[in-house]
Amino acid sequence: MENEAVVKGSYFEGLWKFFVSVKLTVVVLLLLASLSIIGTFIPQNESPADYLRAFGPFLYHVMATLDVFDMYRSWWFQGLMVLLVVNIIICSIDRLQVTGKIIFTRNPKFNLASYRRRKSRRKMKLNGDIGHIENHCQAAIAKMFSYCKVVSTDHGVAITAEKGRWTRLGVYIVHLSVVVIDEGDSIDTIQLRFKNETRKLPFTIQCDDFDVQFYDSGAPKEFRSKLTIIENGRVVMQKDIIVNDPLRYKGINIFQSSYGRSANQGAVLDSAKEIELRFQSNASGKTYNVKTQLEKPVEIPEGLGQFVLDAYHPQVQFRGMDVGSAFVGTLTPKGGDPSQVLLPIKFPRFDTMRKGDVVISVAPGVEALFKERFFTGLQITNDPGVTMVYIGFTLIVLGCMVTFFMSHQQVVVEIQPKGKNIAVMVSGKTNKNRVGFDHKLERLVKNLSEADTTEYRKVV
Amino acid sequence: MINSSLLLSIITFVFGFAALLYLISWVFQKEVVGKAATWVTVVAVAGDAAGILLRWNESYNIAGGYGHAPLSNIYESLVFFSLTIGLIYLVVERKYRNRIIGCFAMPLSFFALAYASFGTSAKIQPLIPALKSNWLIAHVMTCFVGYSAFALAFGVSIMYLIKAGKNETEGNSLLGRLPTSAILDEVTHQLIMFGFLFLTAGIITGAVWANSAWGRYWGWDPKETWSLITWFVYATLLHARLMRGWRGTPIAILSIVGFLAVIFTYFGVNLLPGLHSYGAMKG
Repeated sequence: MENEAVVKGSYFEGLWKFFVSVKLTVVVLLLLASLSIIGTFIPQNESPADYLRAFGPFLYHVMATLDVFDMYRSWWFQGLMVLLVVNIIICSIDRLQVTGKIIFTRNPKFNLASYRRRKSRRKMKLNGDIGHIENHCQAAIAKMFSYCKVVSTDHGVAITAEKGRWTRLGVYIVHLSVVVIDEGDSIDTIQLRFKNETRKLPFTIQCDDFDVQFYDSGAPKEFRSKLTIIENGRVVMQKDIIVNDPLRYKGINIFQSSYGRSANQGAVLDSAKEIELRFQSNASGKTYNVKTQLEKPVEIPEGLGQFVLDAYHPQVQFRGMDVGSAFVGTLTPKGGDPSQVLLPIKFPRFDTMRKGDVVISVAPGVEALFKERFFTGLQITNDPGVTMVYIGFTLIVLGCMVTFFMSHQQVVVEIQPKGKNIAVMVSGKTNKNRVGFDHKLERLVKNLSEADTTEYRKVV
Repeated sequence: MINSSLLLSIITFVFGFAALLYLISWVFQKEVVGKAATWVTVVAVAGDAAGILLRWNESYNIAGGYGHAPLSNIYESLVFFSLTIGLIYLVVERKYRNRIIGCFAMPLSFFALAYASFGTSAKIQPLIPALKSNWLIAHVMTCFVGYSAFALAFGVSIMYLIKAGKNETEGNSLLGRLPTSAILDEVTHQLIMFGFLFLTAGIITGAVWANSAWGRYWGWDPKETWSLITWFVYATLLHARLMRGWRGTPIAILSIVGFLAVIFTYFGVNLLPGLHSYGAMKG
């Protein structure tokens, strides 16, 4: 590495030399790329017990010491990031000392001799009045370049022009934005999720309603929480939040992050709702529909006894088989003993197995009476660094556009009488995208040749 | 009316046909065949775009709120991928006036679309809540424009490695007709700068979207991490170019490594132990 050569210099100088090299950038970027792979193959932030089981005690101990299980926050990974940032800053300062002088100047210098020597220069001979040709050239060049100045030479004039001098700053914008993003990111989001720590919000969040919609396929379509923010006993804000549309109040963001079915078995039955029962008499074969409510006894037609719905169970096992949601009721035949009857909603013929005088079932459509109960999962964040990160995002995109696709272009067009003709030389240089610039010079040459009213000859 | 997945299956073969024509024009030096190859590519690109629009329309014709821009799953993104590869290739062909690159570019479109049509499900699925965002469109489009540029850079880098060190074979051999290695290096660099800008924008739109959906812009999940790894590789390439002696072959190799990272970001990440699938390791 280059830094070995400067042991003689001061300590600071040596350090500077180390950080100023592009080699360091390449090495650090490659290290970041390859080390980042580790954390994608070894799941991060799982429970120690899982890791212990997967890797055994020895490997587990080694990996835990090296923070492999939380590697992106580890000292070595963060250290590499810091190294990259320091490298970027020092490189930028170093380069700016040189390019700064080029960029921040009122009167750009054009070394005519070097333009006359360029291989890519083009020469042509034009006929006509020299004053007219000069004016034409100047007008054409001024259209294509923002800075344009005519200087006199030993034998004639030279039009010097340029554009995009400021675009040399692009790369510094990109580098600055990488630093801004990294710094913004280190203004840390407080992570409470896996910690035994409580922070108090400066206001109260009240969830007034929560609604889940599904597609026909059963996949969730939308979940929406109706939220009210209450501060000092007053309602200060009301908003429905859905995924991708959070509520923001005083720097706190509230996200719709998940939902689930209520732990108390998911569904409840409103006890005031009417339930339709169906009795089929074995003696007559007739079917009777009778409406009732939970815990309200009904008389079975044809004098077959009395029936009462006792309870609803969302999940019922019958002889080891899952029969889904079901009602449990009590049947008391005339002059007989009460017995328990199971009425699974999905299987209306279930009660035939009892082989009684009457087959009891719940009429179809009973599902509509149930309201599935869901709970909403909200994620609450406070990330003061996010503004800075977003500024960095904007800067890096703009910076890349400038750095990659805009260039500092300079041209010199020299015009002087030569014999009966006027000799015109076009020469230019750019710091980027030579192919595109060549096309541009080609266009310029063609344009300038139009100053000649009689004939255009290009001599290369 | 023809349905979009049938149309796109047909377009797959149009891309394949274009690749074949480019190959024939390279081997047999027939200008007419080269021109035909360009036009067949134009037709394939137009057909691909038509397929996307058709599918967009079809999604709105399904009852139940299925309608959405066709950029939501692996099938739809591959279709878009083959379109952007075709489009960017046409620009490169025009700018550098060379058709041999087509031999290395069109197979990429062909394979992307062939895999989409015959290896994935073309069924239109409704959007889950997390995907219902305008950021979806911005994110997928920027990412895949970037990936397409990287795919083409990959093709051109392979050309470079074939050509490298054989610049003296100027004559009329197959290799001699390849663009000079200087031009191939330049094309690779241009494509990678273009791709890098879009990859950067793609990662950013993804981050902004994640922040609006889940309240965090970066979580180091495997997909995010691999997109950053890809970014690091191409950032390395752009800086390595500034070092003496690093132009040419090392850049071509980095460009190939970068594209492999792209592929892994796209396909391989699904094979990794993701959130809550730790059980896979216990084996």
